[in-house]
Amino acid sequence: MRYIEPHAHMVSRTTDDYQKLALAGCEAICEPAFWAGFDRSSPQGFHDYYRQLTEYEPKRAAKFGIPHFCWLCINPKEAEDPVFAREVMALLPEFLDKPTVLGIGEIGLNKNTRNELAIFCEHVQLAADRDLPILIHTPHLEDKLKGTRLILDALADFPTLDRGKIVIDHVEEHTVAHVLDAGYWAGMTLYPESKCTPDRAIDILETHERERLWLNSACDWGVSDPLAVVKCGLAMKRRGHDAAAVDDVLFGNPRRFLEQCPNFKLP
Amino acid sequence: MPTKRELLDLHFMDARCKLIDLAAFLDRIERHPGEADFRFDALVKALPLLLSENPGRAKAVLEALSDPSTDPIPAATIQGAFGAPRA
Repeated sequence: MRYIEPHAHMVSRTTDDYQKLALAGCEAICEPAFWAGFDRSSPQGFHDYYRQLTEYEPKRAAKFGIPHFCWLCINPKEAEDPVFAREVMALLPEFLDKPTVLGIGEIGLNKNTRNELAIFCEHVQLAADRDLPILIHTPHLEDKLKGTRLILDALADFPTLDRGKIVIDHVEEHTVAHVLDAGYWAGMTLYPESKCTPDRAIDILETHERERLWLNSACDWGVSDPLAVVKCGLAMKRRGHDAAAVDDVLFGNPRRFLEQCPNFKLP
Repeated sequence: MPTKRELLDLHFMDARCKLIDLAAFLDRIERHPGEADFRFDALVKALPLLLSENPGRAKAVLEALSDPSTDPIPAATIQGAFGAPRA
């Protein structure tokens, strides 16, 4: 079945995974900038990372016929030191006009600190100034509900933002309605041990308006499955969803959101 | 839309497996030495939510395992999360 992987950290994955994604029907991969498992010690480390995302990774994906796009930012886990974070953010303008960059992301919160929130707002302002879409990470586990509320409160202070160009990711049963009711898109991440399982994600699809929902694997260096999205599509079919509904969720919805990004083009 | 019977055919064995695994986890924690832990206490406290007669049980469990505070904290002392709020 055809699908779009709207959130994958391919810098952490093997080339074999690209082959698996291509065989499974993946038509495009979008890679947000994130925490690579340990803190980078200098802005130069981020400069190298942004080059990897905008230059190297698209070439690696192209070998398997998959267009690769990215989102850029300093992730919240490394944004606790605001001086350091601003030095990294100063690098972003050099990369934001690259041909595969979609927007600003994944920004957000990690431990719901004042400094994280300040850097989050500065990223939102950067996106607003350039009219760029935004991809937002919500915190893990016990921090998710509070972080989601703080993020929504902060976004409310930007009244001119187009809510339809912002996706708030990693929603679960206790946060999805907050996000959708405020007019944003919501992403559901399919993880083996945390976030959503395929069946819980399908429950959410069945109990909410699904027009602004998408699925992603967020596969990275941790416990995760690069084929999670297409496996969820199979689970949808087993639960009686027809092929058109599966295609809407796995391909149509992410395409509709991503086509708001000027650089997102499918062959 | 599938019927209850069809969903049970699909998911009963998986749910049964998870329920027994949870029961075994409770036994395992009980028979090993050590101090009380906020994660275990939070998990036990959330268990009655499964028996609610109202829908939204998953949401209720997630809320029970969430930090109830509302203000940003001054600074991060760790980068990770535990899965349950400290009491």
